[in-house]
Amino acid sequence: MATATEVQRRYGKTQRVDRWWVEPAFLGGGLLLFVIYSTVSALILGNSWHYEAGPYLSPFFEPLIKPGWVPEWISPAVFILWAPLGFRTTCYYYRKAYYRSYLLSPPACAVTEPAKSYSGESKFPLILQNAHRFFLYVALLFIPVLWYGAAKSFWLSGEGFGVGVGSLILVANAFLLMMFTLSCNSLRHMVGGGLNCFSCTAVTRGRRRVWEIQTLWNEHHRGWAWASLISVGMADLYVHLVANGVITDLNTWTNF
Amino acid sequence: MPQAHLKVWRGGNDGEYVEYDVEYEEGMVVLDVVHRLQATQAGDLAVRWNCKAGKCGSCSAEINGKPKLQCMCQMGTFEAGETITIAPLKAFPLIRDLVTDVSWNFRVAETMPELKLSPPDADGHRRMHQIDIDREQEFRKCIECFICQDVCHVIRDHPENQSVFAGPRFFTQLANVAMHPLDQNPSSATVAHGFGLDYCNITKCCTEVCPEGIHITDNAIIPLKERRVDEYYDPVKALIRKISGKK
Ligand code: SF4
Ligand code: SF4
Ligand code: FES
Ligand code: FES
Repeated sequence: MATATEVQRRYGKTQRVDRWWVEPAFLGGGLLLFVIYSTVSALILGNSWHYEAGPYLSPFFEPLIKPGWVPEWISPAVFILWAPLGFRTTCYYYRKAYYRSYLLSPPACAVTEPAKSYSGESKFPLILQNAHRFFLYVALLFIPVLWYGAAKSFWLSGEGFGVGVGSLILVANAFLLMMFTLSCNSLRHMVGGGLNCFSCTAVTRGRRRVWEIQTLWNEHHRGWAWASLISVGMADLYVHLVANGVITDLNTWTNF
Repeated sequence: MPQAHLKVWRGGNDGEYVEYDVEYEEGMVVLDVVHRLQATQAGDLAVRWNCKAGKCGSCSAEINGKPKLQCMCQMGTFEAGETITIAPLKAFPLIRDLVTDVSWNFRVAETMPELKLSPPDADGHRRMHQIDIDREQEFRKCIECFICQDVCHVIRDHPENQSVFAGPRFFTQLANVAMHPLDQNPSSATVAHGFGLDYCNITKCCTEVCPEGIHITDNAIIPLKERRVDEYYDPVKALIRKISGKK
């Protein structure tokens, strides 16, 4: 039996009268800006645009891996960026955002999508989204690395401890990236969501507490996702601008 | 008295939208206005309803393109003079006017796995702790309005998927079985096998429209997907299983 609205099964058909396209357009545009900026900054310019200034290292390059056999035109960021790229691409929130904005699947709720057939995440390539757990393990390893970078930024060789605007930016960035990782849906499952019996033992009761707290963070996963995306881009830009002499860093050191 | 300008679907599949002006009073909901329309100008208008309190899940329709309960949609949310389009649910076969045949959902319901409860305690009672059933109780709020099923693009835009995809309302039911503290099903991940869970691309429209505010995607679908990951896609767990020789 057909439905009364069969004729509506054409792309973009909807009876919604609100501005449903604003959100996907805005978020899609934001993601695109970030992808373009980070590709240019970290991969295309790479070694030809300084990414180290005094005690600061751009987070796109943390930890700096620069073995001698790698030619100069290859940016050291390639050894780092696959991890956050994989983590964010397979993230449940970002999936929602780019499925809507780019794959138009669907563009917005109750707005007809263009695709003729649909198999969701059941087939290649989208079945690869299941690798999110793997990327989560990697992202957890990156948390101490980013804090190490932030801590290092308070120590100028030759002068010792000090504070600069760059150190504060790197601390804020490490915090936001950490919170993005710690608010992950997959982590929510691992800390306690995967249990069926919370009350059974002291350990499961403890894990329930952790799950409850993590759930509070998880409810704002979208917020952490955007805040950390903006902060990592800004931190990279700031370090580059200081490193290339475009701006001067305000700090407590005398020779930097 | 203010006037509402309505555009209501009339007839079956070959029907059309008919426009009406209906007087209403402040505080009314869309269903009140539809009833007044029925009483004054369109005596044969078919509309399903029951409780007028957002609890029976009968009055689902698409109001200005958004799947909603007619009895929970306040007239005060519209601009004066705005045309209010009231359409039947589009994912289901139309019977007439605002009434659709939602029986596909009942057929899916028949395929749901049952709880296999563990044996009772010595005194013949089964005991559960509140903290173990908080999660399931969220899903129990469902009033089976099937608005989430209607909005889900997997079947709304691709009706052929109805044969492989149970839909968000039933993912909460599967999650209920999977997370149940007394359930003895061999594996909580396999509970969600064969219901098309991986057709869902977690774009969250079901959660956006649910009138009961059930976090369908975050609390049922993603947890089910994660249970599948535990079994098939977690590299660390796979390694541990290999080393310990356990399945
Ligand atoms: S989140 Fe999944 S189940 Fe819910 S509407 Fe979207 S595709 Fe359908
Ligand atoms: S989950 Fe929500 S939207 Fe879906 S049928 Fe139940 S109450 Fe309705
Ligand atoms: S990082 Fe977003 S869900 Fe895991
Ligand atoms: S009439 Fe019962 S939910 Fe609207």
